[in-house]
Amino acid sequence: MNLDTVIFFAAAVVAVFGATMMIAQKNPIASALYLILSLVAQAILYVQLGGLFLGSILIVVYAGAIMVLFLFVIMLLNLRSSDDLGPPPPALGRFTKYAFGILLSVELIVIVKAARMPSKATGVLGFPVEDFGSVKAVSTQMFTTYVYPLELTGILMLIAVVGAVVIAKKENNAQVSDDSGSDRPAKKQVS
Amino acid sequence: MVPVSAYLILAVVLFGIGAIGVLTSRNMIVLFMCIELMLNAANLAMVAFSRALNVVDGHVIVFLVLTVAAAEAAVGLAMIITIFRNRETINIDRYSILKW
Repeated sequence: MNLDTVIFFAAAVVAVFGATMMIAQKNPIASALYLILSLVAQAILYVQLGGLFLGSILIVVYAGAIMVLFLFVIMLLNLRSSDDLGPPPPALGRFTKYAFGILLSVELIVIVKAARMPSKATGVLGFPVEDFGSVKAVSTQMFTTYVYPLELTGILMLIAVVGAVVIAKKENNAQVSDDSGSDRPAKKQVS
Repeated sequence: MVPVSAYLILAVVLFGIGAIGVLTSRNMIVLFMCIELMLNAANLAMVAFSRALNVVDGHVIVFLVLTVAAAEAAVGLAMIITIFRNRETINIDRYSILKW
């Protein structure tokens, strides 16, 4: 058992553990922290697969930026525990959901096992080409072959930023002041 | 060296855990995090194939997926805040007003 296998199994166990604990936790903040643990383990796997650039991007963008946004929203909404959400659904419904999820996983594993992959994609991994997965190699592809998808992603980001601001913005004061007839609950006093 | 199928099975397991979380979670934010986990599981499979075929195209696609995930998280969390402001709950079962 060489070092590569040891690293893979350690990272895989941590990733699956973090993911499992994420859906098992009642406290959403603990869920977010376990997801960060799982993401760090996945970043190790990326680096092991030669994706040095992607591994660092995963840490910076995902574990850094996006999860901080999640934690920020959790704290903004002041969520303590999933128990505040009211009584749990009936046991039969929950069992059905778990059964469907496990069925989906088993099905996907069967598909992976049965799939006819290209001959290079089976068996043991060989050595990568020179400077595989480096910033230079990835960005060369990104700005030549995939330049139109990249530009489209930029437009998507712009739309998302504008959309997020518009959606999360409160209505202006004129509209809020005469909402006596609306079904919106009364605005809480900010203490 | 570890075979590609090991990475694929790990990706499938992570995807399945994410799917179970999406189905069972009642907390809107945890459900969102499960969607992020499923995206990342797909990304892991992409990186593994990219390594096996010795091309970096998969890395570019993963990078674009990360960008889309960031945009999705921003818009989704804005929606969660707006819905929470109106309905005072993030229980996903209570968001059934569009279901007729």
